[in-house]
Amino acid sequence: MTAYILGHLNYWLIIGVMMIGMFTMMSSPNLMKKLAGLSVFQTAVILFYVSVGKVEGGTAPIITDVATRYANPLPQVLMLTAIVVGVATMALGFALIIRIKRAYESIEEDEIHQQIQKEELD
Amino acid sequence: MEAYTVLLVVIPLISAPLTALIANRHVAWGLSLLVGAATFVIALMLLQDVITGRVIHYELGGWKPPWGIEYVIDALNALVAVIVTAFALLSVLFGRQSVEREVHDSQLHLFYAAFQLVLLGLLGMALTGDIFNLFVFLEISSLSSYALIAMGHKRQALVASFNYLIAGTLGATFFLLGIGFLYAASGTLNMADIASRFEQYDAMALVITALLFILIGLALKAAAFPLHSWLPDAYTQAPSMVTVFLASTSTKVAVYVLIRCLYHVFPQEYWSQLLLPSFLLLSGCLGMLYGSYKAIQQDSIKRLLAYSSVAQLGYMIVGIGLNNETGLTATVVHMFNHAITKGALFMAAGMVFYRMHTTSLHQLRGAGKTMPWTTGAFVIGGLSLIGVPGTAGFISKWYLLQAALENNNYLVVASLLIASIMAIMYVWKIIEALYFDGEEKLHLHQVPSGQDIVAAMPLATLCCYLLVAACIYFGLYTDLSLDAAKTAAQSLFAGGPAR
Repeated sequence: MTAYILGHLNYWLIIGVMMIGMFTMMSSPNLMKKLAGLSVFQTAVILFYVSVGKVEGGTAPIITDVATRYANPLPQVLMLTAIVVGVATMALGFALIIRIKRAYESIEEDEIHQQIQKEELD
Repeated sequence: MEAYTVLLVVIPLISAPLTALIANRHVAWGLSLLVGAATFVIALMLLQDVITGRVIHYELGGWKPPWGIEYVIDALNALVAVIVTAFALLSVLFGRQSVEREVHDSQLHLFYAAFQLVLLGLLGMALTGDIFNLFVFLEISSLSSYALIAMGHKRQALVASFNYLIAGTLGATFFLLGIGFLYAASGTLNMADIASRFEQYDAMALVITALLFILIGLALKAAAFPLHSWLPDAYTQAPSMVTVFLASTSTKVAVYVLIRCLYHVFPQEYWSQLLLPSFLLLSGCLGMLYGSYKAIQQDSIKRLLAYSSVAQLGYMIVGIGLNNETGLTATVVHMFNHAITKGALFMAAGMVFYRMHTTSLHQLRGAGKTMPWTTGAFVIGGLSLIGVPGTAGFISKWYLLQAALENNNYLVVASLLIASIMAIMYVWKIIEALYFDGEEKLHLHQVPSGQDIVAAMPLATLCCYLLVAACIYFGLYTDLSLDAAKTAAQSLFAGGPAR
């Protein structure tokens, strides 16, 4: 049992990071913190992919005479794309937060929600 | 010869940055129109090619799959490509006037560039046969649609867009995680390759985790109940043209990807043993009842139609959940028919908003006398939404009903009928307000003085009536839509496109 837990330590940590991200995203009323949570959540997925690609005792995937086992390079390549997507998402999210701050004078979800409800009553 | 399939993605990819760089709103509109028309013609040629059951494989850069990315086109995704491109073309034509009023002049070229990127992403999702490539296109289309929604004229649009961004990214990340699990089990990203070697690893616990993550991610993008909460706000606050385009294409493409994953990535025998079909049925039935119920309570036309979209997506999910060929045919036909119907209705709502500066029903009492053509579109579109015989909506509901009876699933039959009755109620609510509540004179609060509220929108009216005519045409002559759907459903049940 302990061997199982220790053997998969990286996965346990990834699950931890993922849950922290998701919890922040759902529980915090602050839009900035929500976005930070989303970013942490995405990072956990990136870590997961990199973990999957690791081969025990494998080296960098460059063909040489000394090595016979190589790590799988594909997940890392995929994650380069995912990182780009993540950066684009963050940039768009920050831009939206700036616009929301200008429009509502607040980035707290409950305050914004109050203003929206007031608008709808008018 | 088959190289022209890739043009569907390449044309908007080249045109979008050009549009952003030239920074002239007339050029931007012209380029978008050109892109819409060109891709539409190509998509129609593709559908002609594959409607008989032929499958086109195109290898990008000449790399052989499974190492390279390939585009696989069969009847199902050719039909989806036709829907997407047709609505791109129509929304550009429709949007010319309304966008100029709703979006600031300095942003117009960027608006059209983002629009072309959404088109690019949706077409890429429809055509690709590589599951990671699909994720990338999904994000391209989502990110640009968040930007488009944020351009709505009210400040609430920003909040709607932000909430969609959070929900959409969560969905996409779940999808990515699912792909990761699937890759860990199968060692490949090519959909056909994953499916063909499925027996070698289907006992691994990873596989079911992958299925669940992919399913939940896509259900979020498709706004399946109970993951629909981003949809009503996003559709209500977005500029009219964006609502028309997204409502008729983006959720449909997500449903298409769901079908593709459930039949061509995971074998049907695998997931139909699990609880999944009943879960899909439950989600679909609750979705159509809840969506219709909420639609009845709304005052804003756009919001009412958005909730009705949640309900109609429920029909599509039920069609998948019924797990027989008729049900799948119904889902595919409904994707097509609902796109036409909702497109027409949202266009009519957009025209009302353009002229009256409101979509609130209690301010629009008696508008039927001021703008008879637009309200006429509401009547015919509404009939198709209910599913009255002779309209497109009837065909898909009829097939869905048949599929439910084939399985002797009377609970689904009952919820279909109840949801249809509720559809009559919310469509009637619009018609009653527009035609029969006209005792008082139409008085408008939000029209700036000096503006002509009877300003006609000839091009937009033409587009809207083209769709209204399509609602009736595809209710009477079902050759094109039904044949493509039947070919698609047959090939899905036969276990994937032949290699």
